Amino acid sequence: MKIKRREFLRKGAIVVAGVSAAAAAGVTVPALAADWTAKLKTLTAHEADTLLKMARQIFPHERLDDSYYIKVVEDLDVEASGKPATAKMLSAGVANLDRSAKGKFAAEPAQEQTAALEKIQHTPFFEKVRSVELVSLYNNQGVWKVFGYQGASYPFGGYLHHGFNDLSWLPDPPEAASPKPG
Amino acid sequence: MVVIIGSGAGGATLANELCHKGFKVVLLEAGQRQSSQTFRNDEWFAFKQLAWLDKRTTSGTWRVAKDFPNLPAWTCKTVGGTTTHWAGASLRFQEHEFKTRTTYSNVTGANLLDWPLGLADLAPYYARAEDKMGVTRTNDIPGLPGNNNFKVMYNGATRVGYKTVHTGHMAINSRPRDRRASCWQLGFCFQGCKSGAKWSTLYTEIPKAEATGKLDLRPESHALQIQHDASGKATGVLYADKDGKHVLQKARIVCVACNSIESPRLLLNSASPTFPHGLANSSGQVGRNYMRHTTGSVYAIFDKPVHMYRGTVMAGIITDEAGLNTKRGFAGGFEMETISLGLPFAAAFLDPGAWGRDYASVLEQYPNMAGMWIVGEDMPQETNAVTLHPSEKDQWGLPIPNVHYDDHPNDVAMRNYGYKQGAAVYKAVGAIKTIEVPPYPSTHNLGTCRMSERAADGVCNRWGQTHDVKNLFISDGSQFTTSGGENPTLTIVTLAIRQADHIAAESAKRNL
Repeated sequence: MKIKRREFLRKGAIVVAGVSAAAAAGVTVPALAADWTAKLKTLTAHEADTLLKMARQIFPHERLDDSYYIKVVEDLDVEASGKPATAKMLSAGVANLDRSAKGKFAAEPAQEQTAALEKIQHTPFFEKVRSVELVSLYNNQGVWKVFGYQGASYPFGGYLHHGFNDLSWLPDPPEAASPKPG
Repeated sequence: MVVIIGSGAGGATLANELCHKGFKVVLLEAGQRQSSQTFRNDEWFAFKQLAWLDKRTTSGTWRVAKDFPNLPAWTCKTVGGTTTHWAGASLRFQEHEFKTRTTYSNVTGANLLDWPLGLADLAPYYARAEDKMGVTRTNDIPGLPGNNNFKVMYNGATRVGYKTVHTGHMAINSRPRDRRASCWQLGFCFQGCKSGAKWSTLYTEIPKAEATGKLDLRPESHALQIQHDASGKATGVLYADKDGKHVLQKARIVCVACNSIESPRLLLNSASPTFPHGLANSSGQVGRNYMRHTTGSVYAIFDKPVHMYRGTVMAGIITDEAGLNTKRGFAGGFEMETISLGLPFAAAFLDPGAWGRDYASVLEQYPNMAGMWIVGEDMPQETNAVTLHPSEKDQWGLPIPNVHYDDHPNDVAMRNYGYKQGAAVYKAVGAIKTIEVPPYPSTHNLGTCRMSERAADGVCNRWGQTHDVKNLFISDGSQFTTSGGENPTLTIVTLAIRQADHIAAESAKRNL
């Protein structure tokens, strides 16, 4: 779609072609790389960007925008900051991915990235990223909201009055099998 | 002075029973004292708060050794032990399950042995345990209401032809009872019950024992060694207190209730010139015959929401497969019980190590998931054992435990059958995908100091009293001669009540 000059100026400096399609798909445009990588303590901007792309292919969810995966890289950065050996491993892992890509892993199409990860999936580097992401992503309450997991119920007194038995696409069991609540 | 090591289902029940009979009891617990206030509805937080995380190693062909090489078991290091984490299923053993050597004729390569007691010996104590714990569908206590996960199980099970499907015999209050609330369907049973509806020794047996004035509970006290005198009588327990100082607590009677990995480890680490192979180990069976039940889970994805996490984890049961029926291709039986995990743990356990598009798309369908756990009798094998690691030491300089386990062919046959039946239940109500999940780190840990009639075959007698050391008792699930096809906690509590009666009677006769 052609963007007229006046429209372009009205919408401001950062308008990327295709952004409305992306927005329609529920994916917000990520902030410029520099913004979030600048806050990291140990990982370089390139390492962070590569790990971000890697994380997106390890547990791919179109529904989740980059912000959730950025959190994964931030958690990796915390680990790297605490343990020089981890920082070294992540750095070397990124370098190896770039070498295999004969350029930049981060610039490869998704399919190539996944194929490259399959090759290294038994390495400690891969396992470190995967295991950190496993917790970072699926223990993220923002992700829970997107997926429809409600988490803790104690704050509202439990699921007893919040849908614990509200399934309606199957008949209720008889009382002998499933008595009514007291 | 009675010293009991471990404050879980066995240790704390024994402590409370003995305190009420007038005994002074020191109860040592390696973990800290939590409460319903400090519990959190948060899977990873609770795991770090309650689980036994001291380093362990694993070996053998079991999948746990590959997926979780340093986490053979999900049990607890906390006051209340694994009763803080358990889901509440309270089932009595069946009569034939005490007599597997006699009854299971075609199982080779297993170390089967009959228990030195039977259902008739335990029946009155089962009744006392059910009353103590408030087990639903006993003692005029109504069953719990079933949640969405159970609705799916019930409908699938009845369509497949199963006949006994209900919300179970659960030690979770369906009405206020014993000064504890009824269940709020919080859905975080595994993370410590914040309502107190689920029975846990932390807020039942322990405060009741403390009320007698005879209990001296010492949290953060890690038992290192049981000491004995020249005559081979236990004399006390050496432990590390919360500052790491070694303290010797003298004892007239010592009871070991550290769950089935630490109990044998403690005995092995208490080896001496008199007991070169470990305390009370003349049979060589200390640590051996480790059992963890045939376990496995089946999860299913539907095209409509289930929200299985809302409410009790073990929300219902199918008991049709629990009996002995070798026409299925294996000895022993199994229960099918609902289970649910939150999204964080579903991601970690549904397929350990998995990644990529396919796995991610499974997790995206989380709200449409239902799940069940297969709990069946696994075969005792001498080579399945807890042993001392040849080189690695713990924070106190003592050898850490290694847990070795290989499935017996009977275990594999039962598990595969259970997977098939579980999938059939879910397919009968429209599952678009079923997932077979391999056994998690063991939450049922049994048999490593087993009861036996003859001293050569096991570690303790029908009272849990060790064959070799008259004033040393095994008071946890390590006593189990065989694993039965039932969740073990009710039987552990039952044995503890009975053991207390025996200790009292023997003390009165001056035999102890």
